[in-house]
Amino acid sequence: MNVNLSRRSFLKLAGAGAAATSLGAMGFGAAEAAVAARVRPFKLVTTTETRSICTYCSVACGIIMYSNGDFKAGEQAELVHIEGDADHPTNRGTLCPKGAALKDFIRSETRTTVPRYREPGGTAWREVSWDFALDKIARHIKDDRDANFVETNDAGVTVNRWTTAGFLAASGGTNETGWLTWKTTRALGLLPLDNQARV
Amino acid sequence: MTSLAPEPLTAASNPPTQPLESNLLPTDVRRISATAHVPPPTRQLTEVAKLIDVSKCIGCKACQSACIQWNDTHPEVEENVGIYENPHDLTPDMFTLMRFAEWENPETNELEWLIRKDGCMHCEDPGCLKSCPAPGAIVQYTNGVVDFISENCIGCGYCVKGCPFDVPRIHKTAHVSKKCTLCSDRIAVGQGPACAKACPTQCITFGPKEEMKALAAERVEDLKERGYDNAGLYDPQGVGGTHVMYVLHHADKPSIYSGLPVDPRISPLVEAWKGPAKKLGLMAAGAAFLGSALHGIFAKPNEVSEHEEEEAEELYEDIVHEAPEASGGEAHGPVASGEEAR
Repeated sequence: MNVNLSRRSFLKLAGAGAAATSLGAMGFGAAEAAVAARVRPFKLVTTTETRSICTYCSVACGIIMYSNGDFKAGEQAELVHIEGDADHPTNRGTLCPKGAALKDFIRSETRTTVPRYREPGGTAWREVSWDFALDKIARHIKDDRDANFVETNDAGVTVNRWTTAGFLAASGGTNETGWLTWKTTRALGLLPLDNQARV
Repeated sequence: MTSLAPEPLTAASNPPTQPLESNLLPTDVRRISATAHVPPPTRQLTEVAKLIDVSKCIGCKACQSACIQWNDTHPEVEENVGIYENPHDLTPDMFTLMRFAEWENPETNELEWLIRKDGCMHCEDPGCLKSCPAPGAIVQYTNGVVDFISENCIGCGYCVKGCPFDVPRIHKTAHVSKKCTLCSDRIAVGQGPACAKACPTQCITFGPKEEMKALAAERVEDLKERGYDNAGLYDPQGVGGTHVMYVLHHADKPSIYSGLPVDPRISPLVEAWKGPAKKLGLMAAGAAFLGSALHGIFAKPNEVSEHEEEEAEELYEDIVHEAPEASGGEAHGPVASGEEAR
C-alpha cells in the first residue's frame, strides 16, 4: 500500500495520535480495553477414572488414573493425568514425588508393555504372547516341582514341600491378593515367598 | 445443564470429571493490570490461602512433581552441582521449588536444615500486577488468587522487577511470564492446588484463609511448646498479607529460610514509576499538547525579508562555485597514494 504523506501531514498525524493516547491515559474515554480474564479449562472434564495402586513401593498408595477414551468400552484410552485417591485409606490422596510423577512413568517410551523371551543361550529378546509366556512358566513350574517335590522328610513325616523354587509377589497388593498369593504358593508346597518390599 | 462448582474448602478431595460451571469468572476479578477502571465484582468469594508449615516439610519434592504433572510443564534436566535444589532456580516450567538452607543455631549450636517451598505468594497487594504495563495480563480474583493471563502478556519482565519475592520467570521462547497460578483451574471447580493434595506430610494445606490462620495458630502453639519460642506465622503485612502463608519455627528471622524477605514491600521504584512519575509524565504530555495548540493559534509563520533572500542567494552561489574544485582535489589524493603503495 502506498500512501502519499508529506512531511507536514506525517507530523500532524503523529501529533494527533500522541495527543489521543495521552488523553486516554489521563482517563478520558475508554482507551483501556477491558480484557476478560479466564482460567485454564479444567482438563479432567469427561475423562474416565480408573482406580489403581501405585506401582512403586510397599506402601501401596491408592491412585486414580484419568484417561481420554473408555478402555472398558473398547475405545483406545490415552492416559492424561494421575493423582492420589483421597478415598484410599493408605494415603488419603497424598503421593510421594515418584508417585506424583507416575504419568511420565506410564507414558515412558522405554516401558515394557508385552512379555519378552530370551532362549537359553540366546542373545536377543523377542516379544511373545501372554499365552506363550504363561504356558512357559507353567511348564517350568510343573517340571521343577515334579523333580524336586519332597513328600516326607528323613524321619518319614509328611512335609509336602518344594524348596527349589521361589515366588516373588507384589508388595502393593490388597489383603485379597495377599490371601490368593498365600493360597497359591502354599498349595504348591512352595516355601520361599517374598516381595520387593524387603530390599 | 451443568451445575455451578462449589467453592474450594480443602485440597484433600478427588477432582470431578463431570462438567461443572466454573466458579471463578471474569466478573470475580478485583484488579486488572494496566487498567484503572475495573467493574466492581458482583460477589465476594471466600478468601482462600495455602499454608506451608515449614516445620513439617521433609523436602521430598512431591509438590514439585505434582505441580509439573498438573500444569503439564516440562522442566529441563539439569546438571547436579552438589546442591539439593532441582532445578537450581524457579523457571518458566517450574512454578514451585524446594529451597534447602543449612543454618547453625547460635543458641543451641545445632545444625538446622530449613526447607522452604518457594513460589508465588499471591499477595493481597501484588507488585507484579502494579508494575505490569499490559492490560489484562495479570488479574486478581476476589478470593485472592493472582493469575497471569498469558494471551495478554507481552513478556516485558516488569513483573519480575515488581515482585518483592522474585518469583515470575520469563519464558525464553514463548516470551511470556510464568508463575504459580494457585491452580486457579482446580479452584474454579472447587478443588485445592495439586501440590497441597500431593504433600505426604500435609505440610501444605489449603482452605479458606481464616481457617488456615486458625490452623497456623494451633501449629505455632505446638511449636512453642516444643521449645521454638519464636515460632510464628509469615503473612507479611507490607504487601497487605499473602494468600500463601508460612509457619516458621524462627519467625523472627525469615531471611534464614533461603532469603525470605523480612518485610517485603513493592519496590519504591515501581511505586514511583506507576504513581507520581506517571502523573508527572501525563501532566507534561498535557502541557505539551496545550502549548502546541496555543502556539498554533497565536504564533505566525516566519517571514523572510528581501535582504535575507539576497544573502541566501549569495551564500548558495559561493558554495556552488567552490565545491567542484575542493571535492576534485580530495578525490585524487587517496587513489594516488593507493597506487604508490602497490
